[in-house]
Amino acid sequence: MAHRWKSDLNWSDVTPKQAFLNRRQLLTGAAALVASPAIAGLGGAPSAYSTTEAPNTLEEITNYNNFYEFGTDKEDPAQNAGGLTTDPWAVQIDGLVDKPGSYDLGDLLSGVSLEERIYRFRCVEAWSMIVPWVGFELSTLLARVGVQPSAKYVYFETLVRPEEMPGQRRPLLDWPYREGLRLDEAMNPLTILATGLYDEPLPNQNGAPLRLVVPWKYGFKSIKSIVRISLMDKQPETTWNMINAREYGFYSNVNPTVDHPRWSQATERRIGGGLFSKRQETLMFNGYGEEVADLYAGMDLKKLY
Amino acid sequence: MPVSDRINATLRKVPAWPLYIVGPLPGLWVFWLGLTGGLGVEPIKALEHELGQFALKLLVVGLAITPLRRFAGLNLIKFRRAIGLLAFFYIVAHLAVWLFLDVQDGSLIWKDIVKRPYITIGMAAFVLMLPLALTSNNWSIRKLGPKWRQLHKLTYLAVPLGGIHFVMLVKGWQIEPLAYLFVILGLLALRFRFIQRRVAA
Repeated sequence: MAHRWKSDLNWSDVTPKQAFLNRRQLLTGAAALVASPAIAGLGGAPSAYSTTEAPNTLEEITNYNNFYEFGTDKEDPAQNAGGLTTDPWAVQIDGLVDKPGSYDLGDLLSGVSLEERIYRFRCVEAWSMIVPWVGFELSTLLARVGVQPSAKYVYFETLVRPEEMPGQRRPLLDWPYREGLRLDEAMNPLTILATGLYDEPLPNQNGAPLRLVVPWKYGFKSIKSIVRISLMDKQPETTWNMINAREYGFYSNVNPTVDHPRWSQATERRIGGGLFSKRQETLMFNGYGEEVADLYAGMDLKKLY
Repeated sequence: MPVSDRINATLRKVPAWPLYIVGPLPGLWVFWLGLTGGLGVEPIKALEHELGQFALKLLVVGLAITPLRRFAGLNLIKFRRAIGLLAFFYIVAHLAVWLFLDVQDGSLIWKDIVKRPYITIGMAAFVLMLPLALTSNNWSIRKLGPKWRQLHKLTYLAVPLGGIHFVMLVKGWQIEPLAYLFVILGLLALRFRFIQRRVAA
């Protein structure tokens, strides 16, 4: 009975991707004719790290977000993030690096080759999506600024700008939002800095203009709208861990065997299945064990969750 | 004639039974929205939360009826049973969505109830409300006599538990659930004699 309402169709099926790409080519062509700047996509190269699972629609990815800077409801970021100024944008890179400084975003992106990474994205709240990110490996940026031998952790901060981020007008979190990775996690080729999705620049609600994506960790580790990257020799403070260390560990690797104190992490709901969608099993390291399990060899992941 | 008397006189002519027909309609409406994409891309949690909040709102209204009569002279007592039963209807619907659409796995339900305090508390509130819903009829009032009033004081426990359940299930300290809890505790405080004397003075 439940299945009567279930449909395999997605919004992307309304206009097949090939068709809307063609349409976009037409537009691009038309734009070129009137000698305006081309509006071609970002052109991220395909990657072997991408999953073959079908991505969620742009509609789904851009209307179901946790980005408390713009409000706590899932639709708040889509509604409130439009006013965020993302150009100009600078990222302060400091700490244990050879070339610290304030880097303009354009400067950071010059010379990097963008890739499309279609990743599983698993939220700590037990829902998931498939997202076609466009970005580059964090390791290339770290190599460029020169990581000093004493550095062991990478720390990130989100922009604080209450005028444009209405959620920051209340002390809901201790702003700025903070996240961190161990250096070897940061250097893993799966860890990217994303600048786009669906071959277009990142929508503001998804963390424009620059965000982290760490696909084997719960989504809150993938910090958005980054303005600071700092190399440290000590484990940095991270926002959700500061709020409730029992519920949100520093590592926060996707792990179906370690429950969140308030809910099970054994299964997840893939967004887009409608009212009668079935839960599916959550995979260890969100299915990226082959690439990352070695990072945690010998660690008790029940304690270091 | 004071305004409250005029309102009371008008309300005396309004029957309570239409509430049983109109009351469930918002629930059916959000269910329809959930089926047709109107609750966003993840309709299950959205529906679960909407139904839970409907229930909480009705419980708040139910708790407000006695203070409204005491301090504003408004007599809404005859609608109280319908409001209570509607609240119970929404709690059952909220539970059903949690059970059948959200958790889905029957073996996980009990685990969730014993392991997760916010679910334990929500469940406790539901269990406390069961005898209240079952005795919300004239026959029970006659049968139980003065015990009926005693029994229905369980409301004072069940409703704040519902409010705490809401505060606990969100991430961090959010304003909306705290506002509900604050209003609930305020309405309960009005039941204390010494506070009543102060408000009346």
